Amino acid sequence: MSETLTGAQALIRALEHEGVDVVFGMPGGAILPAYDPLLDSPIRHILVRHEQGAGHMASGYAHATGRVGVALVTSGPAATNLITPLQDAYMDSIPVVAITGQVAQTSIGMDAFQEAHTWGISMPVTKHNYLITDVEEIPDVIREAFHLAATGRPGPVLVDIPKDLLVSTLTWHRPGEINLPGYKPSIKGHPKQVQAAVELIHASERPVLYAGGGIIRANAADRLRRFAEVANLPAVTTLMGRGAIPDSHPLALGMPGMHGNYTAITAMQKSDLLVTIGARFDDRVTGKVDAFAPDAKVIHVDVDPAEISKVRFADIPIVGDAGAVLEQLIFAMEHLLDTKEPPARKEWLDTIHRWQQEHPLTYEQDPDGPIQQQFVIQELHRITGGDAIVVAGVGQHQMWASQYWGFERPRTWINSGGLGTMGYAIPAAVGAKAGAPDELVVAFDGDGSFQMTLQELITASTEGINVKIMVLNNSWLGMVKQWQKLFYNERYSATDLSGGVPDFVGLAEAMGCAGLRAERPSDVAPAIEKALAINDRPVVVEFRCDPDAMVFPMVPAGGSNDDVVLGPEGLA
Amino acid sequence: MRPGNMTQHVITVLVEDKPGVLARISSMFARRGFNIHSLAVGPTADASLSRMTVVVDGPEMEQIIKQLYKLVNTVKVTEHPPGSAVEREIMLVRINAEPSRRGEILDAAGIFDSKAVDVGKTTITFEVSGEPDKLSDFLELMAPYGIVDLVKSGRIALGRDPKSRNGRRPELRTA
Repeated sequence: MSETLTGAQALIRALEHEGVDVVFGMPGGAILPAYDPLLDSPIRHILVRHEQGAGHMASGYAHATGRVGVALVTSGPAATNLITPLQDAYMDSIPVVAITGQVAQTSIGMDAFQEAHTWGISMPVTKHNYLITDVEEIPDVIREAFHLAATGRPGPVLVDIPKDLLVSTLTWHRPGEINLPGYKPSIKGHPKQVQAAVELIHASERPVLYAGGGIIRANAADRLRRFAEVANLPAVTTLMGRGAIPDSHPLALGMPGMHGNYTAITAMQKSDLLVTIGARFDDRVTGKVDAFAPDAKVIHVDVDPAEISKVRFADIPIVGDAGAVLEQLIFAMEHLLDTKEPPARKEWLDTIHRWQQEHPLTYEQDPDGPIQQQFVIQELHRITGGDAIVVAGVGQHQMWASQYWGFERPRTWINSGGLGTMGYAIPAAVGAKAGAPDELVVAFDGDGSFQMTLQELITASTEGINVKIMVLNNSWLGMVKQWQKLFYNERYSATDLSGGVPDFVGLAEAMGCAGLRAERPSDVAPAIEKALAINDRPVVVEFRCDPDAMVFPMVPAGGSNDDVVLGPEGLA
Repeated sequence: MRPGNMTQHVITVLVEDKPGVLARISSMFARRGFNIHSLAVGPTADASLSRMTVVVDGPEMEQIIKQLYKLVNTVKVTEHPPGSAVEREIMLVRINAEPSRRGEILDAAGIFDSKAVDVGKTTITFEVSGEPDKLSDFLELMAPYGIVDLVKSGRIALGRDPKSRNGRRPELRTA
């Protein structure tokens, strides 16, 4: 049965074949033909107000659901507006497929209206990208793009389609076998390496399980927890790995790194073995690399061989999918424990517990003083029971959210880790809620971060995507101000956001959202209760927060993780 | 760009013959701060594949090879330790050659199995091919006469057949 379709129809059908239920986008000249068959498709289109929003929504969707997020935009400025979210998704290994219109092939290279060299510009910010040159390729390229985005180390893939191909015709065929001779991601780890790893773990006295975002990407949180228990391994979860093991678990140590807690940082620093799974020794985790965990041997499990020994030499490298390798590790460890005593590690675990007692995260909420940002996060957690998907922008509020929210399950923490993209929260929350409509989706945002992408609240209200945005307004670019306070003699260059404008409540209302404000600590809980009760539109709650609050603990940039600064007095 | 012992390494990269694959490779080298000394691309016996020979300056190849493999169109990467591959370059070089010195220059050039491919009033252009050392030696010999211009291909390399007469193990080969 042969059926003649336009390239545009074939594109939409190919997306349907991939199981796509929602795309985030905005039409324009070159992509216009693809928008016509979209009207007849069950795929939901969410009309964004800026293409950057489409990219981050696709990312938020992918974070929350584990499925590939899709952005659909036109050529030129629309495609260049996607570059930030593509690099963001690339850094955090988020599966996203971006489809961009391109000028007609006869116009390519002619500096045509809305022409940009999208393929060239997007090459270094994608896992792979395509410029389609033959209408017959459309079904197969879409198949490949989704396969590449979702498998191995996930990441963004861009498909650029010239307009003339969208309006020419092909005989529809279901995509054939994927033929990528150079792409064969490893799944299982090498059995000898797995055996060597469990023996080393068994023999180690001060091991730490260093769990990263790869655990979440691989849907392996259940196996991570099981392995931690079988091998009796205390576990840190990186910024991207929060929720990989429940924060309430006795072996969970929370977040390490520049703004990690004392115990997580110090346990890594003093360990004799880092069991690294789906993490990449990011500079925000290691601090000064030469001084990082100096006595530790390293087991490094990663699906991307290029991450292994990139920053830190791996004594035992294991290339494979985190979930598959964890199954092997659990099996091998259980087998080992048939004949050997389980490692008690009492001294090490006691030391860790002592650190936890001596150096908990702390802040003080003066009932008559300004609202502390941490207090808002804890109150929301208390009132919701923690049962929400939490999204963050980038800055102080992001660090506090990661520190103070107790994450109990994977895919409940969505943030921009590697790229640190301010403005991520609102569109990512919209994407997450579009993918997981039955979940409560709450974003913590800073006032600076909020102002970068706030127009996507119009998308949210017009599309009926009822996210709840908690703006921790300190009227400053708070993280930069913190650095100016600590390292630039309190010379606050260009960080004052001139408190008072915008009027966040009025702004929210103008965009079709409910706007609420909390000015005193006693307002916090009632404002949250009220926000949770409004379910017919998105809600923005502005919390007027302490402009001088700083994020601690802190390891100053380039410093050694031996020198954790617990509060402002530590930097004197 | 990176500190350390800047030795040259020869790698060959078998890639799918697709548009833009050269751009992907060069973009990756640029982004990761790896230095390309020379790069030559051409078809292989299999029409769907191209082979690139890349000579890289750098202390170690592990990360470069892994990053090459990470490119979806890369099928195989082979590092060739010194002596383990047949390596060739070709060069066209124009030498100052007043009529009075032509004979002398042609004699010297003859030792290198080179070919005079263009003769002008005061210059001779030679084609020289062979192992990279041979080309360097040729240039050293001709330098006193005056090198007017030269063009070199990138190096090409093909791993030796392990069963060939010349398939010496790398460690047995003298520098």
